[in-house]
Amino acid sequence: MIRLEKRPQPSRGWSYVTPVLAVLVTMVAGGALFAVLGKDPVLAIRTIFYDPLFGEFAWYFRGQLLVKAGPLILIAIGLSLGFRAGIWNIGAEGQYIIGAICGAAVGLALYPMEARWLVFPLMILAGVLGGLGWAMIPAILKTRFNTNEILVSLLLVYVAEQILASMALGLLRNPEGSGFPGSRNLSQYEAAANHELIAGTGMHWGVVAAFIAVIFAYVLLNRHMLGFQIRLTGQSPRAARFAGVRPNRLVLFCLGTAGALAGLAGMFEVSGPSGQITIDFNSGYGFTAIIVAFLGRLHPVGILLAGLLLALTYIGGEAAQSNLGLPAAAIQAFQGMLLFFLLAVDMLTNYRIRIGKSEVA
Amino acid sequence: MDLSTIDPAILLASLMVASTPILLAAIGELVVEKSGVLNLGVEGMMITGAICGFAVAVETGSPLLGFVAAAAGGAVLSMTFGVLTQFFLSNQVATGLALTLFGLGLSALMGQGYVGIKPPGLGDVNLGPLADIPFLGTVLFRHDFMIYVSLALVAGVWAFLKYSRAGLILRAVGESHDAAHALGYKVVLVRLAAIAFGGACAGLGGAYLSLIRVPQWTEGMTAGAGWIALAIVVFASWRAWGVLIGAYLFGGVAVLQLNLQAAGAHIPVEYLSMSPYLVTILVLVIMSSGRGRAALNAPASLGRSFHASS
Amino acid sequence: MHRRARGARVSAPLLKVEGLRKAYPGVVANDDVSFQIMPGEVHALLGENGAGKSTLVKMIYGLVRPDAGRMTLNGASYRPATPHAARASGVAMVFQHFSLFEALDVAENVALGMENPPPQRRLARRIREVSETYGLPLDPTRLVGELSAGERQRVEIVRCLLQDPKLLIMDEPTSVLTPQEVEILFETLRRLQAEGTSILYISHKLEEIRALCDEATILRLGQVVGVCDPKSTSAREMAELMVGSALHTPSRAARPPGEAVLEIGGLSMKSSNPFGTALRDVSLEVRAGEVVGIGGVAGNGQDELLAALSGEARSGAQTVRLNGQPVGNLGPNVRRRLGLLAAPEERLGHAAAPDMTLTENALLTGAVREGLVARGFLKWAAARGFAERIIADFDVRTPGPGNAARALSGGNLQKFVIGREILQRPICLVVNQPTWGVDASAAAAIRQALLDLAEGGAAVLVISQDLDELMEISDRFAALNEGRLSDPRPAQGLSVEEIGLMMGGAHDMEVAHVQG
Repeated sequence: MIRLEKRPQPSRGWSYVTPVLAVLVTMVAGGALFAVLGKDPVLAIRTIFYDPLFGEFAWYFRGQLLVKAGPLILIAIGLSLGFRAGIWNIGAEGQYIIGAICGAAVGLALYPMEARWLVFPLMILAGVLGGLGWAMIPAILKTRFNTNEILVSLLLVYVAEQILASMALGLLRNPEGSGFPGSRNLSQYEAAANHELIAGTGMHWGVVAAFIAVIFAYVLLNRHMLGFQIRLTGQSPRAARFAGVRPNRLVLFCLGTAGALAGLAGMFEVSGPSGQITIDFNSGYGFTAIIVAFLGRLHPVGILLAGLLLALTYIGGEAAQSNLGLPAAAIQAFQGMLLFFLLAVDMLTNYRIRIGKSEVA
Repeated sequence: MDLSTIDPAILLASLMVASTPILLAAIGELVVEKSGVLNLGVEGMMITGAICGFAVAVETGSPLLGFVAAAAGGAVLSMTFGVLTQFFLSNQVATGLALTLFGLGLSALMGQGYVGIKPPGLGDVNLGPLADIPFLGTVLFRHDFMIYVSLALVAGVWAFLKYSRAGLILRAVGESHDAAHALGYKVVLVRLAAIAFGGACAGLGGAYLSLIRVPQWTEGMTAGAGWIALAIVVFASWRAWGVLIGAYLFGGVAVLQLNLQAAGAHIPVEYLSMSPYLVTILVLVIMSSGRGRAALNAPASLGRSFHASS
Repeated sequence: MHRRARGARVSAPLLKVEGLRKAYPGVVANDDVSFQIMPGEVHALLGENGAGKSTLVKMIYGLVRPDAGRMTLNGASYRPATPHAARASGVAMVFQHFSLFEALDVAENVALGMENPPPQRRLARRIREVSETYGLPLDPTRLVGELSAGERQRVEIVRCLLQDPKLLIMDEPTSVLTPQEVEILFETLRRLQAEGTSILYISHKLEEIRALCDEATILRLGQVVGVCDPKSTSAREMAELMVGSALHTPSRAARPPGEAVLEIGGLSMKSSNPFGTALRDVSLEVRAGEVVGIGGVAGNGQDELLAALSGEARSGAQTVRLNGQPVGNLGPNVRRRLGLLAAPEERLGHAAAPDMTLTENALLTGAVREGLVARGFLKWAAARGFAERIIADFDVRTPGPGNAARALSGGNLQKFVIGREILQRPICLVVNQPTWGVDASAAAAIRQALLDLAEGGAAVLVISQDLDELMEISDRFAALNEGRLSDPRPAQGLSVEEIGLMMGGAHDMEVAHVQG
């Protein structure tokens, strides 16, 4: 009989091993899934995980890696702070959309002003404030009325999507777009464009912001009282109140930071890789970032690595789609599976598996 | 805008149809939460049920088999959540999210070949003279059998929780798993059963969406219905009849906004479409600010992992 | 050591336990434990915290399966796989931490503890009958969450009695009762005994065992170290068997009372817990150099009082004053800065974060007074140093400050928690249940530390449910009853009777109706 036994303290070693283990198990299970779909599993896994980095077209894909990883990391860093404190913001997708809309709106309002030193920073500010404001809705409802932030933040994603549709079809529609939905292309508007900073690397301002966020979060969590309070609240809310933590302030801070970073990610996306506000502008980064945050063990450096890995599954997934005809949904299922396996093997961090006589449970 | 095109009887009848997917999912989640488990994967189980039911109904030509398959699909998927949270003691919030993300991907994958197909229809139950009663006949007695099944489920869950010994044990487990364990009840088994029931109900709800309400298969067609079902459980403060009221209230808003769209109201479509979500948030706020009895009715062990350490 | 002559008994033992053993990873909870209970006997199981009493009764009640050994009940082999099986065999148990459900009503709670409960209405009637017969009045329709600790125990007892048990196991039943209520409980138990029910009575309170039990089995470190007749054995002998060494009684010097340091005036406050107790017009003064003890049955406002003093719950500024300065509206850290420190009852999850290291737990309350934070940034080296100082000064047994709090034993963690506050040189320290669930040597060390602190001029307020402890260390004593605090009186010379009345007397309990 196999049973679990709680470790006296969480195993440090396993906490590093489990994410890697989860990725390996997911590759095996994913391979099986692809085999069921009639694809060569080894070839599919190779197309997703190996070819984009080392294959024939790696020069193109490697640049894409940072483009996709940037927003994922940026959003996941914000989410991880809340998750550590037991504050579950799962509506980052909505905050990302609203950030993009606000950033784009400022850029489009100032069109065709040429002062980049003014336009671009204002757009950044608008993106941050947009995401922040959207996240403040669940935050304030939570602190004022004790409303469940999980449900409110998530429901607001659907509201944000409707606002996005409304904007793409109405207020922000390109007046010179001959009636097609979608805004002016910001990446072609010099003062507002979020350009690639080093050609061929995919490095843009959003990626820079992501790296800064990683460092910021690392210092906050390891060296600062606020980070300590965040961790304390997540592990033991009652002890946190005893230690003088004000839970409401923490809710505002964590949701606010997550919203601001998600909004920032949206703004950099709309002014760069995506270029314009369209009905289907959002591509699920806000949800995938949840997987990134957990896979990275809510640790800033882990999130950096996990963000790169999930960016790889996006890129590799696209490649597998065009080369092998693997459906796009397969990658989505694959990512969901990854989170499942991670949660399953995570148990090894806190529990020991014992094989022996069973307990009456 | 021409409001005279809206017939109140038909509006009420379509309200019941619009509400049923959420009602089914919410009554299942109510049982899950009463056992002390928070399963945020309702959306994922619903959409999996939607495609399972759709595929089987199309392949066999039997909507009934479709519903059976949907319930089975939802229950099987919920067991991944059950195993992870009950045996591997994973965080319920994270695992529920994983279930939703995985379910959305899996369903899209399964639904590849079913886009644009019309499923076999499910006829209305023949209730004879009842259906001919003016107004009430149209509202209440000209529906497909799943609507009556959903109402029976609500009544059944209510009676189960209130009067049966098994229901009492389920509530006890949700209230304090340590005390229930000390008295010798199998906390993990009770919870697994509740999770499976919740999964089956969510699957039925999803299938009702793809087979009757829409009826069609499109990716991501649940569009947050699972999340609204979760909110409705809170709105109902964990009472079965409250779930019915909440679901029908939500269905009313959904139908009304559709009717307003059709009647050509001078409100942009997007704002009408977001209204059900906004109403849900508003209701959540009202319910959670009024603490007291409602707060007491929430299962005390909700969302906490159980590990027998004796 | 007196051993009872077994030949004198005519009947066969009801329960016979032979060579029971249960090992958990790293610890042998029970090793070769044997004893027997005769029909109608009240048998005491005596031992310190951690001696293995709980594991032993869990094996008898079917919650834990023994690794080795055997049990016979009424001559037949007895191996309960589940509590259901135990109950079916006639074994019932009243738990120390109640196995009750707050949001369910009394009748539902009773039904959950029965194998084949009758329909609800008939059950309600039976509950009324049985509870009145045994002097334990209960309303079957009330929510258990609204009941006092004593009433909750009645629910557990009535639940057992409804099944006509042959063996009733009671785990530390008196910790939630006033002295008067204890007397009434004993009457009920004696009546059950007279009806032929055997009782296995678990306790570490020697006087109780002497008053009630026919025979006592003493456990230490999982093994039986003695069997005696408690009525003819002195408490001191039993204590030494139980602890294994001579007990250290805290020493104290008489001191003149100083200035009032902590003043509580007209403090009324709702509980943050829906089933909690509101504080009603609590007033108290604690002077420099004095220890004031607050007794009372659990759930009468102890947690709420601690929260109001620690700053977790805030009230009007003037309701709590420290050295004349109003602090009632200030948060925990401001109060700490001013010198008002607190240590709550619950070690894991309130006083300390279970999964965090001792260094981080030292930071938890020590950040302000020990200067472990500079401009918001943590001084890890200083925090570690502080943790090491606590470990060294208070003899906390742990490999080092990098260990998680939950890896420590109860006694060691409690020494850490109390030490953490004392080392911060409080002007006033408030502690709740400082030695709850702690072994005797750690408890003695903690009490001594509290006395030393007072001797150094601090005001010390000890909230506890252990009356012996309070009498041992307090200068003045007051009791909480339904959120009200009695007037404090000098502890010396206070009789058990008077203390019981301060705690609310017998509430509405009554002596068992003796019939026929």
